[in-house]
Amino acid sequence: MSQGSITVKQAGPLALIQDAGRFGVGHLGVTQSGAADWISFRWANWLLGNPINSAALEIVMGGNLTLEAGSDVCLALAGADLDARIDGEPLAPNACFTLKAGQCLTFRQPRAGLRAYLAFPGGLQAPEVLGSRACTAREMIGGLHEDGKPLQTGDQLSWQGDTSSPRRMPDNAGLPMPQKRCHLPLVLGSQIAHFTGRSLYQAFNQPWTVDQRADRMGIRLTGQALDSKLEGMISEGIPLGAVQIPPDGQPIVLMNDRQTIGGYPRIGALTPSACALLSQCLPGTEVRLHPVSATQAQVTHRRQLAVWE
Amino acid sequence: MKLRLETAAMDALTVRLFDVIDERNMAWIMAADTALRHAFGDALIDLVPSYTTLLIHYDCRAMAFVEATSLARDALKDLQPADTQNGQLHEIPVWYDESVGPELPQVAKRAGLSVEQLIERHCGHDYCVFALGFAPGYGFMGLVDEDLATPRLKTPRRRVAAGSVGIADRQTAIYPLLSPGGWNILGRTAVPLFEYARRGEPLFRPGDKVRFMSISKAEFEAAGGDTTPLEERA
Repeated sequence: MSQGSITVKQAGPLALIQDAGRFGVGHLGVTQSGAADWISFRWANWLLGNPINSAALEIVMGGNLTLEAGSDVCLALAGADLDARIDGEPLAPNACFTLKAGQCLTFRQPRAGLRAYLAFPGGLQAPEVLGSRACTAREMIGGLHEDGKPLQTGDQLSWQGDTSSPRRMPDNAGLPMPQKRCHLPLVLGSQIAHFTGRSLYQAFNQPWTVDQRADRMGIRLTGQALDSKLEGMISEGIPLGAVQIPPDGQPIVLMNDRQTIGGYPRIGALTPSACALLSQCLPGTEVRLHPVSATQAQVTHRRQLAVWE
Repeated sequence: MKLRLETAAMDALTVRLFDVIDERNMAWIMAADTALRHAFGDALIDLVPSYTTLLIHYDCRAMAFVEATSLARDALKDLQPADTQNGQLHEIPVWYDESVGPELPQVAKRAGLSVEQLIERHCGHDYCVFALGFAPGYGFMGLVDEDLATPRLKTPRRRVAAGSVGIADRQTAIYPLLSPGGWNILGRTAVPLFEYARRGEPLFRPGDKVRFMSISKAEFEAAGGDTTPLEERA
């Protein structure tokens, strides 16, 4: 198969080039970025036989994003079901497929989950900025034109490999897909000692609702307010998944594009897998926080990483 | 200095050294930064120093929680403050003018100073860079003289131009790129902070010192500065 390209016939609301993210640059004030649902992102690359963290497209919502193939190409789609169609024919996610020259791939709207990952042979071509191709709108860093802009109508996508070795998704892949009620493991820590006992009880014993105010920077949860006894805090480094409680008592889970330092008290941080799951939750989804120890979370995390090895 | 280690996330630890902001903290924070980078080596993913803390993000495939905790503790056991003379002094030319620094009059009035006196005072102090964050290359600096301290705007601006120099409480900073913000803006610099940061070589780092220098509009323009008034961009 020869090197080809894909044209963005119509840009949806938000499609971003993402890889694992930018690491070792937090001290410069540069955020981590990277695929929000890193598990589905990895599966998309795995399906194509790509290096696991190859740059792929993170498609949020769909919104009639339309891609037209310039030549035949084998792609892989994983994650949310955004009612994808090839020239109108439904395309199921979590598999490889061939997009033939002249065919259009359209992502309509979410049917399950929020973010779909489209992997390309060998990974998408895009300039590396600080060691990553991840596109970060807020920082005007990365992406196709190095300006942090999401895909625009007329953009041309090209990829790095010319062949791929497609695989089938194992039945027990366990992709992060929101169920009726999502359990989000949270590692306790940070300022947790400064919260009232009642707040701690409430944190883990009430359903939280994913709010409309949700993006790659942070996802707000609403429920009965939590109270910290802490008055004013000095800004400090914040990890992925940190659950911060601003003065209104409604938690904000800090995601991939979070600010590197912040000054609201935190009760701990979601595990990376919980972040992936939360990033797939539409507003209105009910979630529950579920405390785990760091050690326990690491065991689960290593098991998750081992599936691609 | 009192060392405390806290769990921040599955694979992150907060090293807490102090409880209050003080320029003298930085010698210890920078020493801890060096010691932790050395101790964690390749297992270190990110290390984010701030006013009183450092956040260690380590690779939990390389070491378990318990190992990481004891490694950090050992690395910081006999910590000695770094030589603060190692920090660089950066001179930042600023065009102080109401068109690009709309809060000049308010901040001056609050302090009981004329605008000229305020500029002189803002330039008359070498500020310590406490942390980089908020945006690439954004340095939190301080501490500004107590009488210049001004709380953040009640309603943050949606757009603050790149290069804007502002004050919030006893801190001062430069916006490296166009972003929302609630600081009191006094002027603008043409120094391309964001360009340095996106190359991974930020102009200044925690522990460095920054001195502002007042320049004329002509000098600002000659340096490539954008004279578009701040509010016109809103």
